[in-house]
Amino acid sequence: MEKSKISDPFKKARLEKGFGKMNDQNDPVTMILGHKDVRKSAHNWKTFQSGGEEVGRIVVPSEVHIRDTRQIPFEVDPPEHKGYRDIVEPWFKRPLEAKYQENLSQIINNVVDEALSKETIEVVEEFALKLQSRALTILLNVPPEKADLWISWGTHVFRSEDTALDSSKANILYDYIDAELDKAIANPGNDLYSVLLASENNGTKLTKEEAKGVMILTFAGGRDTVINAVTNSIAYFAEHPQALERLRDEPEIMNTAIEELIRYFSPLTQMGRVVTEDTQVCEHALKAQSRISMCWASANRDERVFEKANEVVLDRKVNPHVAFGFGTHNCLGATHARQIMRILLTVLTQKVKSMEILDCEENIENLDEFKRKVGFDSIQVKFNKL
Amino acid sequence: MAKITFITSDGNTTIVEGSTGSVMELAVQNKIKGIDGDCGGVCSCATCHVHVNPEQWDKTGAPDELENDMLEFDDNVSEYSRLSCQMKVSEDLDGLILTVAK
Ligand code: HEM
Ligand code: FES
Repeated sequence: MEKSKISDPFKKARLEKGFGKMNDQNDPVTMILGHKDVRKSAHNWKTFQSGGEEVGRIVVPSEVHIRDTRQIPFEVDPPEHKGYRDIVEPWFKRPLEAKYQENLSQIINNVVDEALSKETIEVVEEFALKLQSRALTILLNVPPEKADLWISWGTHVFRSEDTALDSSKANILYDYIDAELDKAIANPGNDLYSVLLASENNGTKLTKEEAKGVMILTFAGGRDTVINAVTNSIAYFAEHPQALERLRDEPEIMNTAIEELIRYFSPLTQMGRVVTEDTQVCEHALKAQSRISMCWASANRDERVFEKANEVVLDRKVNPHVAFGFGTHNCLGATHARQIMRILLTVLTQKVKSMEILDCEENIENLDEFKRKVGFDSIQVKFNKL
Repeated sequence: MAKITFITSDGNTTIVEGSTGSVMELAVQNKIKGIDGDCGGVCSCATCHVHVNPEQWDKTGAPDELENDMLEFDDNVSEYSRLSCQMKVSEDLDGLILTVAK
């Protein structure tokens, strides 16, 4: 049962102090760990800001040195945030449409069939990355072949072996998006690029730079998160065949199961903010211009909120997790991510009898004081047909 | 069977009927504007927020602690706020009038 386990390295600090410290490229971060404090800080966008001057600073590890394009709506505060969010929100609700779900189902059935047809499969690159990239073509409404290039970038498009961030790799993505936007300007279609370029915020058209800010975020925000959610789900069901059995017999628990897995995995560990005025959290003084982060992963294991916080309880009915964030900037891609999970779990119950983990390499985030497993660098699995 | 009335932000009034599930599910099935139910009813998204008609507060009762903590940070919270996913449809709710918060 150990390989699929995601532990909670924050427990001691959360209970004793409520915060942790992490140095990141000489720009330290105070990590907020308790559920209540995390929600409170996420709510308080005036004191804990997303849209400051220094683009990329709210991301941990900081992207200040590798990116100048402001990500939208992510690095914009209210009231401007709402104007942008209103533009993109309807588009990101399309996963609720039947046709969208049919297309997604086709993609997921294909990757599961492929896994079943092979002797063994490396799930991160050959399953999760493919699934995530192909699903993204539906979200962007672009031809399915576009996914081939994104898959060829590998899982490390923003990461290299030794440093967490690598500007030459990030540039591959930024240059690609520039080129795709130019094509959409020359030849508008029904894809997200064109829709963004045609939309207006308070009567003025979105600029190319603004559209680029949305696209970068859509590519970056939905990549590792979805890959980890998918890979961790495979690992979990491989080690808990009775859980897969239960979902087969009780499909009515599908919704609570998805929310619970997302809580347990917390694919995005934390997200930062810049402090705008001297203040404090948990009786700890914070200086203006310093950084905090809201540690979603820690909040989601807070024993004051979740009974059996370190266990996966598939039918957990009340589950106020913050895996998709909280308040203003809550995850725009959540509808898409939830549909991926719902269809993946459904297809697994329909086609897969069991899975075995043969070998794996964990992906451990180094957060200074804390080491947190978010998923796998690689995991070799054998899928058995139902 | 319970008849429940939803008043939406565009001023429209819709009366729907149901006997099982949560009030959020009933609203989503009937496409009530402003009730999205993003998290499917696990108390994690607050996209199912309603204001109960004050005179009928006894019918629904007050939110429990976890629900209350969720509502606390909602900008439109009132004394009569509830998350509709945390209310079960039953005879007891017959005649209830809810104003959608969004
Ligand atoms: C399981 C998968 C995912 C998880 C756990 C996740 C998690 C999160 C979290 C915690 C936030 C809040 C950030 C903050 O408060 O600053 C967020 C925001 C966001 N996410 Fe996701 N995400 C996932 C998938 C996706 C996908 C698939 C997309 C798009 C393709 C996406 C796009 C975004 C965007 C655009 C925002 C910013 C929204 C805003 O600022 O208004 N996410 N996500
Ligand atoms: S549906 Fe998400 S909190 Fe009610």
